[in-house]
Amino acid sequence: MIDVNRQGEVWVFAEQEDGKLSDVPLELLGKARELAGKLSVPVAAVLLGENVGHLAAELIAHGADKVYLVQDAVLRHYQAASYSRVLCRLIEAHRPQICLYGATPLGRDLAPTVASAMKCGLTADCTDLQIGDHKIASSGEVHEKLMFQIRPAFGGNIIATIVNYDRWPQMATVREGVMKMPEPDASRTGEVVQCAAERGGLELPLKVLETHRRPKRVNLKAARIIVAGGAGVGSRDSFRLIWDLANCLGAAVGGSRAAVDLGFVDHDHQVGQTGTTVRPALYIACGISGAVQHRAGMEESAKILAINTDPAAPIFSVAHYGIVGDLNDVIPKLVKVIRRGAAVAGAAS
Amino acid sequence: MPYGPRRVEQPFGSENVAINCVVCVKQVPDTKRITGEAMKEDGTVNRAALPAIFNPEDMNALEAALDVRDRCGGTVSVVTMGPPAACEVLRDALCRGADRVVLLSDRRAAASDTLATSYILSCAVRKLSPDLVFCGRQAIDGDTAQVGPQLAEKLAMPLVTYVEELMDVCEQSVRVKRSVGNGWEVVECGLPALMTVMDTANTPRPQSARRIMKYKKARSAMEAAKEVADAMPDAAKEDQDAERQRRLAALAERGLLIDQWTLDDIGADLAWCGRDGSPTKVHRIQAVVLAGGEYHEYPPTEEGIAELVGALIEDHTIG
Repeated sequence: MIDVNRQGEVWVFAEQEDGKLSDVPLELLGKARELAGKLSVPVAAVLLGENVGHLAAELIAHGADKVYLVQDAVLRHYQAASYSRVLCRLIEAHRPQICLYGATPLGRDLAPTVASAMKCGLTADCTDLQIGDHKIASSGEVHEKLMFQIRPAFGGNIIATIVNYDRWPQMATVREGVMKMPEPDASRTGEVVQCAAERGGLELPLKVLETHRRPKRVNLKAARIIVAGGAGVGSRDSFRLIWDLANCLGAAVGGSRAAVDLGFVDHDHQVGQTGTTVRPALYIACGISGAVQHRAGMEESAKILAINTDPAAPIFSVAHYGIVGDLNDVIPKLVKVIRRGAAVAGAAS
Repeated sequence: MPYGPRRVEQPFGSENVAINCVVCVKQVPDTKRITGEAMKEDGTVNRAALPAIFNPEDMNALEAALDVRDRCGGTVSVVTMGPPAACEVLRDALCRGADRVVLLSDRRAAASDTLATSYILSCAVRKLSPDLVFCGRQAIDGDTAQVGPQLAEKLAMPLVTYVEELMDVCEQSVRVKRSVGNGWEVVECGLPALMTVMDTANTPRPQSARRIMKYKKARSAMEAAKEVADAMPDAAKEDQDAERQRRLAALAERGLLIDQWTLDDIGADLAWCGRDGSPTKVHRIQAVVLAGGEYHEYPPTEEGIAELVGALIEDHTIG
């Protein structure tokens, strides 16, 4: 546990695997700069691993003023026990006021372990972070410049803003793609602070016997057009319609959480607060009612087309174009019209 | 015995090592079936309008534990922290095969965030001295997935998240397949250990008809007291007390008394419980209000759709 302080830096945990940084820490550095600007404190990235020193420059280019670098053979592969131990020692030594983590499988394993050891708060899957003042209703006491940790909760019926004011650091996890990655600036300069990993307490409780990596089959973040299906699609078989439409548009396929939970499409395709956040040129939402968690992951798309039988579905509140109708009827027509258009365009050229 | 479709009726490498499992489960509002009445007019959650269910992935955690017990011997204890009504999920667990259930209920635990919850659970779990602790990966009401890892840290146990398959359990260690974002790995770790279980790990067995007949009558002391008060509202206090004692004794004798622990029973330090023990505070709750949709609607006809596609080509969104 560290005391509340106003000088502490804003930290980003720099998740890397096999010497390559994930996107999330780079995205978080953009947000961290914004928060640190309001607090007038530096931004620091925390980089743990073995032979990862070369990544410091990338972190600095994306907004870090400082990189705490801890390199040791014991840190080559992530384990909650070793990484949290090193991170907690750094937090105790340098007393940051904010620590941000990607809500990746690793981040969601590490951040709560650190929070438990530091006895501090942690808010998962934030969709926004801001700096603001909090007044305690009972005493009237005001805590200034806290990190507002904003996330949908309770099945998306509410948006909760969470703060911590009596135990620091203030910590949050954020899903990949939620924050916009800043343009790297190679001319930025920063300090690399080399820290030794004290070996005590760094035993590795897990023995990894086999590792199997499969490349991510879909890159939703890079797609120009996404066709996404929800519970309204009805079945994994009917989801074929979504694939058909995507194929004729050269689009990627997305799914709402409901569609993923129902097994219509794999988790890699999930768009939303607990999936991927996307900003394509066109997002076609088919049979997706549009719970706030889903909208949080797609509402910044340049154009949104919603197809739904229910004219009162919340998805229409973020849509630019809407068709109220049965997707089983509408999608084949849409495919036909697009194919015909492509044929006409082909003939004209 | 009823078995789910994916069960393998094979013992692990070493039989009958007697593994004591503790499963932490949560009763949650069914967030998938939220209706318009879910929110009150003042923007707070109307819990009464939400059906309460066994958190789905906790069911997978329970199945994993039952599977270990069936293959290795040992016991499965299920712990839930919640209001007296949370006994419902404990009865469910008993009907599926749990050996022992514990309700952790105390008003002073109300408003606990994940940190305080994991502290309280750690005090209870320690009392049961398990070899393996199982949690669902996450609960559907908050989706934080924090309590499992925090509980492991508090118990100083190795943490194995996202478990997809228990491959082997022996006296000293466990070997599991776990999911890691872009793939999977097989890890081994010593006991005791804590695992968080994914919904893909197994198919939870159904309740057994025989066990339902028995355990539908299981009650906590608090529930029994309420039933007595409801059944004989006009009786003198002494008569009510006598009836309550009689029922409790009868429940205990038939193994139907659900253990109920308070924070005192588990020796929890109140400074780390409830609102005071929770570093995260709610600054603001906003009911989700939708802005009026100002979208261009096209009819679901071929002409309408052609017009829409024309508009999308026109502004270079497609084509």
